Amino acid sequence: MHSERRTDHPDKNALIQQFSAFLSNAAILADPEDLKPYECDGLSAYQKIPWLVVLPDTVDQVRKVMRICSREGVPVVARGAGTGLSGGALPVKNGVLLGLAKFNKILDIDALNRTARVQPGVRNLAISEASKPYGLYYAPDPSSQIACTIGGNVAENSGGVHCLKYGLTVHNVLQLSIVTVDGELVTIGGSGLDSPGFDLLALLTGSEGMLGVIVEVVVKLLPKPQATQILLASFDSVEKAGRAVAAVISAGHLPAGLEMMDNAAIRAVEDFVEIGYPLDAEAILLCELDGASESLAEEVAAVKSLLLAVAATEVRIACDDNEKQRFWAGRKAAFPAMGRISPDYLCMDGTIPRQHIGSVLTQINDLSKHYGFHVANVFHAGDGNLHPLILYDANSPGEQEQAEVLGGEILALCVKVGGVITGEHGVGVEKLNQMCIQFSPQELTQFHAVKSAFDPEGLLNPGKAIPTLRRCAEFGAMHVHSGKLPHPELERF
Amino acid sequence: MGDFSNGLKEQVVQAASEGVPVKISGGGSKAFFGRHTDGQPLLTGQHQGIVSYEPSELVITARTGTPLQELEAILSEKEQMLACEAPHFGEQATLGGMVASGMSGPRRPFAGAVRDFVLGCRIINGKGELLTFGGQVMKNVAGYDVSRLMTGAMGTLGVLLEVSLRVLPRPATEVTVQLQCNVESALEQMKIRLGQPLPLSGSCFDGEFLYFRLSGPEQAVNKAVLILEGERMDDGAGFWRRLNEQTLPFFNGDEALWRFSVAPAAPPIDIEGRWLYDWGGAQRWLKSDISPSVAFQAADNLGGHATLYRGGNREGDIFHPLSQNLSALHRNLKEAFDPAGILNPNRMYREF
Repeated sequence: MHSERRTDHPDKNALIQQFSAFLSNAAILADPEDLKPYECDGLSAYQKIPWLVVLPDTVDQVRKVMRICSREGVPVVARGAGTGLSGGALPVKNGVLLGLAKFNKILDIDALNRTARVQPGVRNLAISEASKPYGLYYAPDPSSQIACTIGGNVAENSGGVHCLKYGLTVHNVLQLSIVTVDGELVTIGGSGLDSPGFDLLALLTGSEGMLGVIVEVVVKLLPKPQATQILLASFDSVEKAGRAVAAVISAGHLPAGLEMMDNAAIRAVEDFVEIGYPLDAEAILLCELDGASESLAEEVAAVKSLLLAVAATEVRIACDDNEKQRFWAGRKAAFPAMGRISPDYLCMDGTIPRQHIGSVLTQINDLSKHYGFHVANVFHAGDGNLHPLILYDANSPGEQEQAEVLGGEILALCVKVGGVITGEHGVGVEKLNQMCIQFSPQELTQFHAVKSAFDPEGLLNPGKAIPTLRRCAEFGAMHVHSGKLPHPELERF
Repeated sequence: MGDFSNGLKEQVVQAASEGVPVKISGGGSKAFFGRHTDGQPLLTGQHQGIVSYEPSELVITARTGTPLQELEAILSEKEQMLACEAPHFGEQATLGGMVASGMSGPRRPFAGAVRDFVLGCRIINGKGELLTFGGQVMKNVAGYDVSRLMTGAMGTLGVLLEVSLRVLPRPATEVTVQLQCNVESALEQMKIRLGQPLPLSGSCFDGEFLYFRLSGPEQAVNKAVLILEGERMDDGAGFWRRLNEQTLPFFNGDEALWRFSVAPAAPPIDIEGRWLYDWGGAQRWLKSDISPSVAFQAADNLGGHATLYRGGNREGDIFHPLSQNLSALHRNLKEAFDPAGILNPNRMYREF
C-alpha cells in the first residue's frame, strides 16, 4: 500500500561502497551516461533515469544486493532485456535497477524429460534454437522473441501467436528459483509436473517483479509438430472476420495460431514488406494448423471450406515453406510497419470474448473517429487478445495525453464486454488506472495482501501492477461524473 | 439448487467473527484426501448451476456445487471436454472439489492440469469478502493469478463459488494400444515416444502392460498405432476410466496409496511395494505401508514430491513437507487470505 509513496533518501555513495565489496566497478553504474540506456523499457513513453544500476552475474551476488537493499530500505526493480510494453521495468525513485542480462546461459537441455534449465537472461528464441537438435522447442513465442528474455517472459506471463493451442508462459514453466526481497533463495516447482502446497509457480508467473527476483527457470519443451500449414483468408468486413474466428473454433478446430489484421494494418504492412496481402480486404485472418502430416491436408481443406462458407472473399493456402514464412513475415512486421507510418503509437492489449470481436472493433473505430486518431488493429484473434495501435505524434502538444485517454476508453470497453485490460503485456505503470475499473477495492486490497506476504516493506518494483486505493479513488472521481462515463453520446455495450 | 453465494458468505463472516473453523464440503467425494480436519460444515453442494457456456469461446463458467458429471455431460453435447480429465471418485463429485483438490487425470501431461484450464474464479476469502479474480478469457495478466493459486489449495485460502474453465474440443478418434513389457522397457519406450510428435493423450504402465492412448483425427491416430506396434484394445476408454477412478485391481488391497510426482525419465524408485506408472512416468502410484519419511526422502532424492493419497495416518504428514522458506511463504499467504485461520485449517499442512 505504501508502494506509491516512498520518500526515503538513502545515501547513494554508502550503498555503492557496500556493493563494491562483491561487485566489480563495471557492474555498478552510477554515471548519468551509463544510466541513460536503462531509463525506459519497450514502453518509451515513460522514462526515468535510474538512480543506480547493478549488473550482477552470480546468484550469490543477487542475494547480497537484495540483502543490502532490504536492510537499507532501498527499492529494487529487476530488468531483463527491457522489451516489456507496459513500463514494468521503469526505474523508480531512489531505487536500484537490478539488471539480469548477464545471466545468459542455457544450463541444461534434458531431452528425455523434455525440459530446459536456463538463466533468466537467456533469450526466448535461444531456447528453441538450443532444443532444435532434439526435435523439441519452447512453445510461447512473443513477437519480441529474438530479444526478450525468459526471466521477463515469466515475470509478465508472456504470450505470443501460438497461445491458443500451446498456452502462455504459465503453462510452460516447471520450476523457478527466486531470490526473495530479503535475499533468500527459494525453489518453486520441482522435477515433476506439479509441486506440493500452493501453486506458487502460477502466482509468480505474471507477477511483474513484485514478489521476487527470478534467477533460474526450468521450462517445458515440446516435440516439434510434424507438419504445419497456413491459410490466409480475406473478408470485406471486420465483423465477418470476427464471426469466422468463432466458426472455426466452434467446428472443433484448434489452430496453432489465428491472427487478424484490419485494412489499416494490411496497408501499412504491404507498404513496408510487400507480402502480397490483399489491399482491398477490410480484414484478413491468418490461420496456422499443425499436426500429423497424414491428417493435416484434410483439416486444411475443412477449414478452407468453412472460411468460404462464412463469407471469406478469398482463401489462400501457402504453397510451400517460403510462402508460409512470407504470410507470417507480414504479421511479424506489423508493429515496425506502424512505426514507419506514424511517429509514435500506443499499443493496447485488452482481451475480450471472441464473440465480441466484430462489434468491439466497430466501437473502436467509432472512438478512433471521435478522438481523431487513426487506430490499426493487428492481433491474436483466436485468443480474443486485441492490439489496437493508436497512431499519434508525441511532438504535437497534447496528443500523447489524448491518445492515452482513447487507450483507456478502449480498455474500459474490453472490460465492459466481459474482457480484461491486459492479455499479455502486463499492467506495469501503464494500466494502473484501468486496474481500478477491472477490480473492486476489496480485490485490490487482497492483491496488496498477497504482495505483503512476499514483500512486507514493498521494496520490489514499487508502484507497479497494482494501484493504491487512493489512486483509484482519484481516478474514479476524475472519470465518472454523477454516475456517467465520459462521452455518453457514444454507443456502448 | 441455485445461487447460495450470500448465504455462504454470511456463514463465513459469522465464523470469522467468532473464530470458529469451517470445514468446506461439496459432494464429499474427496473427503478422504488431505489431512483430517474438524470444523463447522460449510456445505457448497447446493450452490449449483451453469452461469455461462458459449461453445465458440471454449469457456464454461459454473457454480462450484455443480456436479462434475453434469458439467461434463453439457460439454459433451457440444463435442467439448474438460481436458484435465479430473477423477470423480464418486457420482457426487463437484466442480469445486475438482478445483480445490487440483487432481488431474491421465491426459494431464499432454493436455494440461486442472490449474492450466482455470481462467477465473469467484471466492469468499477468510474475511467473508466476495472477490472475483481472473476472467473468462484465456489471455489475462491483470493482477496476480489468484485463480490458479486457489487451484489445489484444498479450500485453505478461500471458499470457491464460481469457476471459469477453458474447455477443448473432443478428439474425433481415440484408440488405445497395449504392449507387454517389463518396467525398464516401459520407461524407456515412454521416454522415446513422449519426445516424438505423436498424438498421445495417455501413457501408463501397470506392471505388465504398457498402454498408449492416441487422440485426434482418424488418419493421424491410425498412423501412430502403426508406429507404436501395439495391440489395439477393445475397451481402451474403460481402461483409462478405471485407472483414473482408481478401480483397477492395482488399487485394491489394504496398503496405503502413495503418489509420487517426479521427472518422467527418473529411474524406478527403490521402495518395496506394487508400482503403477502414469503420465509417461511423471506420476507413479505405490501401494505400500512404508513410513512417510522414507517416501518423502525418496521423492526428494529425485527433485520431486510424494503424497499419502489414501490410507495411512491422516493426522500426520499427508503432503510433502515444505522447505523452511516455502513454509514461511505459505503461512504468509494463508494469513493474507484468511487472517483468522478458519478455512479448512490444517487440511493441507499442520502449520496452517
